[in-house]
Amino acid sequence: MKILRLLPALILVAGLTFSGCKPKDADIKANVEKALKENPAATGVMVMVNEGVVTLSGDVSDAAAQAAVASTAQGVKGVKSVTNNTVLPPPPPPPAPVVIAADDPLTKAVTDATKDFPGVTAMVSEGVVTLTGTITKARWMKLKPMLDALNPKSVDPKGLTIN
Amino acid sequence: MTLQNKYKELTDAATAAGVSGLQVREQDGVLYIDGTAPSGAVKDQLWATYDKIDPNFLSGDVVMDVKVGMDAATTKVKVVTESSNLNIRKGPGTDQPIVGKAAHGEVITLVSQGNEQWWLVRTDDGEEGYAYAQYLSAEA
Repeated sequence: MKILRLLPALILVAGLTFSGCKPKDADIKANVEKALKENPAATGVMVMVNEGVVTLSGDVSDAAAQAAVASTAQGVKGVKSVTNNTVLPPPPPPPAPVVIAADDPLTKAVTDATKDFPGVTAMVSEGVVTLTGTITKARWMKLKPMLDALNPKSVDPKGLTIN
Repeated sequence: MTLQNKYKELTDAATAAGVSGLQVREQDGVLYIDGTAPSGAVKDQLWATYDKIDPNFLSGDVVMDVKVGMDAATTKVKVVTESSNLNIRKGPGTDQPIVGKAAHGEVITLVSQGNEQWWLVRTDDGEEGYAYAQYLSAEA
């Protein structure tokens, strides 16, 4: 029965021996941080280690950097697993929708713009400027930019004879 | 082919030519290209490129509003009508009474850019009113 009395002591010795072989959490943390230092995209990343489990947090610039920091950490000796809690920047806001001029002010603006283009008739409906008539190429090259500046939905010259 | 691809040469040219605030947006089958060109020559070149891709702009699938950047300190503008005099009106609109005229090629004073289409100007004779901005060019 002597062996039974010695058992707790043996377990303690065994435990100390094995834990002595594993890198300590603090060392793992230092090594992960050192490995991450080589990646400039990882400057905002923080490292925590608990029993070999690495938790990464903080900001990364993009998805590629996010994946890279996790695989870098995974490659460090003694790391059992990596929990990647790093955060990507929010996506850029979608561009503002194109604002189309209302028909009344657009009609007035189109009348002003086409005043000096005799032979051209413009109709405005739901933002679309429809042109008919005849115009020279050189004059059309002047008129189209003027019309496009009035915030129309589109300018339809299919009824216009350009020569 | 998407509109962005169809007009890629045009938007690339706008970027290369230094168009500032360039915005390219596709909405309901129309490509809207907005920005400010560094010079009138750049604007003309972009319109020539657009005409090359879509001759005579017949497809009607682009609305390009590229303005020409103007120095805020500009006070003199030149009348660039085809050949005729430029009407100066009481208010912004062709329905407004004519209060004066500026000759083709005349250099007049820019008082303020009332809106994009109509600028407030003053001639050397002291006539003041609104003129159509397309017929005014910043005097170098």
